[in-house]
Amino acid sequence: MKRELMKFLVFAAAILTAPMFLKGGYIVNVLVFVGIYTILAVALNLLLGLAGQISLGQAAFFGLGAYISGVLTATHAVNPWLAMVIAVIAVGVIAFVLGFPILKLKGHYLAMATLGMGIIVYIIFNETVDITGGPSGLPGIPNLSIGGIVFNTDMKNYYLVWSFVIVTILLSVNLSQSRIGRALRAIHDSEVAARILGVNVRLLKVQVFTISGIFSALAGSLYAHTVQFISPASFGFNVSIELLTMVIIGGLGSIYGSFLGAAILTLLPELFRTFQDYDIVVYGIVLIVMTMFMPGGLVRGVPLLARFLLAKLKSGLPSAKSV
Amino acid sequence: MEPIEQLLQYTLSGLSTGAIYALIGLGFAIIYNSTSIINFAQGEFVMLGGMLTLFFHVTLGLSLPLAVVLAIVVATAVGALFERLAISPLKDAEPIILVIITIGGSILIRGVAMLLWGKDTHALPMFSGNEPIILMGAAIMPQNIWIFGITLIIITANRIFFHHSISGKAMRACSFNRIASSLVGIDVKRMILFSFVISSAMGAAAGIIIAPLTMTSYDVGVMLGLKGFCAAIIGGMSTGMGTVAGGLLVGVLESLGAGLISSGYKDAIAFIILLIILLIRPQGLFGKGEAERV
Amino acid sequence: MLKIESITKIFGGLTALEDVSFSVAAGEITGIIGPNGAGKTTLFNIVTGIYHPTSGKVYYDGKDVTGFPPEKLARRGLVRTFQGIELFGQMTVLENVMVGLHTRSQSGIISSALKLPAHLREERHIRERAISWLEFAGIAELAHMKAANLPFGKGRLLEIARAMAVEPKIILLDEPAAGLNSRETSDLALLIERIKSSGVTVALVEHDMELVMGICSRVVVLNLGCKLAEGTARQIQEDENVITAYLGEG
Repeated sequence: MKRELMKFLVFAAAILTAPMFLKGGYIVNVLVFVGIYTILAVALNLLLGLAGQISLGQAAFFGLGAYISGVLTATHAVNPWLAMVIAVIAVGVIAFVLGFPILKLKGHYLAMATLGMGIIVYIIFNETVDITGGPSGLPGIPNLSIGGIVFNTDMKNYYLVWSFVIVTILLSVNLSQSRIGRALRAIHDSEVAARILGVNVRLLKVQVFTISGIFSALAGSLYAHTVQFISPASFGFNVSIELLTMVIIGGLGSIYGSFLGAAILTLLPELFRTFQDYDIVVYGIVLIVMTMFMPGGLVRGVPLLARFLLAKLKSGLPSAKSV
Repeated sequence: MEPIEQLLQYTLSGLSTGAIYALIGLGFAIIYNSTSIINFAQGEFVMLGGMLTLFFHVTLGLSLPLAVVLAIVVATAVGALFERLAISPLKDAEPIILVIITIGGSILIRGVAMLLWGKDTHALPMFSGNEPIILMGAAIMPQNIWIFGITLIIITANRIFFHHSISGKAMRACSFNRIASSLVGIDVKRMILFSFVISSAMGAAAGIIIAPLTMTSYDVGVMLGLKGFCAAIIGGMSTGMGTVAGGLLVGVLESLGAGLISSGYKDAIAFIILLIILLIRPQGLFGKGEAERV
Repeated sequence: MLKIESITKIFGGLTALEDVSFSVAAGEITGIIGPNGAGKTTLFNIVTGIYHPTSGKVYYDGKDVTGFPPEKLARRGLVRTFQGIELFGQMTVLENVMVGLHTRSQSGIISSALKLPAHLREERHIRERAISWLEFAGIAELAHMKAANLPFGKGRLLEIARAMAVEPKIILLDEPAAGLNSRETSDLALLIERIKSSGVTVALVEHDMELVMGICSRVVVLNLGCKLAEGTARQIQEDENVITAYLGEG
């Protein structure tokens, strides 16, 4: 238990002090997005890595959170914090209600159903032009503010978003180590065994689906208020795939791994501008290669690889006898 | 146009796209029946069919028939390569792994297509001219006739293959019982490769015949693939008439919905049908027991 | 404790069970034997809610529980183990047993996510109980090993420890001795006796005759989906029909 606490404190400390070393600038802006995607990746990881339920429609909850927040604040001048609470609760209810029928499905069928759900929501965003502004998007979303402080700079948004990220990670880590987390992992390993031990598998799946939806909606709301403009293109099928890739890279079931995956997939395109056009190809290759050769993701794979290489090195070095 | 004629128009064009969905759906069913895998990349072979034909015919200047043949050959080769490199090594893995691998494959193929051919949409020339034929007040393009005809030929060829040829019967045996099949000497691995080959060829053919009507670009595969999957689900993953009926049903409902209700939500119709079927009757309308196998 | 009444199960064209009735008395060890294909595991699956019977009823603790899902039965104290052990492979041995204590704990999502004091107290308690169940089954030294890496015999014991952690009134063991050598089988017999002494009723499906005759007070014999005989171990051994079923005519 102590080790987990240390890990968390180191992580939190690093996050909170990082901007001081970066002295503002474009990178801070990118890091705000890393934060938002980290929340999304963690949300997916709880569902996929922990409970073993495939969802290819996470972008739908992300988008719903963003649009509910956006429309309430931009069009109806609702207080942004209130709008966020409404968005999160509304999406939570939707996820809970949809969860019951959808999570009866497993494997491929569940993947397809969530994919279909995601695309339907995307089409709704595009078609309900009167409410969402359609493909041209919804502009004029106000920033969040507390007291006199308006979150309108990269630096302020960094701290705003990452505070939420830290809380999300803390809650998720706690959950995954608890009785609930064990039950979810049990469902992942053997659903029938979990059932005969009395675990209410059906309800638990829906509950984790709902939590995942709530976190995703939170990310959506934050996204809307930091970028101040949203359009359906940010919430399409491609985003769901990117999230999947992030979780795979980081390692299924590893909460910190999701952060790593989100960071890599958000920073890399920025660092290598030419990467832009190749990104889809790279995601495809990464998904295939990582799933085939490094199923534990980087979080588990890199230490293993390091140990393997070190062992190779040691056996390669001349011993005293062979001279 | 009279309402009846309008209805006829929508139904006819719906049957046409439905035929395409049927072909794609059969591709899903064939692979699923021999491997229990849902090949998420199926739609990409449809895309490759159209895009490759475009490349061979327009960019390289080859004649249309030759371009079509080459496109199918190349698409099939990609399918075989995918099976050998990414599927075969992992056939015993959990479903999640296979889902992710096939998703990865689909993205990869799409990404390469985008790099090679850009993001623009292109039109493939119609096989036999642009003059619509008037049938009982409804206009039908010659291309639609090509679609019906070729689909019929492919489905019939499929049936003959699976029921009357040794290889075909061997594949059906594998889908019923893999262990027993290998015990009687059927090379199961080869049959699985074969199923990928057939599915990618059919997918490519579907992509080629629809391309003149609906334009083609690097990302048409996603939607078409999903709608084809919908057809297969309605058909209960049957490699026969069930899936064909499923495809036609989706096509017609989609066309009627777009025409009568709203064209913006056209794509959503197929997915709503998909969700309803998956949630209420996942074994399909023409469920396993009832569907015949081709 | 457990009463099976006229259970019939038909799968498509195959009649797996036909009009099977018998009782399992509380506090005893009852064995269910029969040649392969007799329908023993199907019967277990029906009793534990994994299949629905085509007709007939299951009574547990006096109440009709026919068709109740496994999780509901577990909460009422009816658990089972599987023929091919179903462990949570990616979790440690200790964690496997801790999942067994799921129904004996309440910490919900909010309490767990926030690590409230009540949750922490309960976690400590779950851990202690789990360790004592590992000791009960004799595998406490393997607590932190990944379950998937366990040798088969130990995996069996883990599955039993995990099921016992539910604190059931009755435990159904599906071929617990399958794949065990004779030393492991005698350890298993001792464990089952310990379970009985703790007041839990045991019903087991088994092929190992020595084990069955050694520890079961009552034995039910199934053959081809029908109940062939029922009685004490001695009576069964001397029953003509049973001998014929196992050894064939003549």
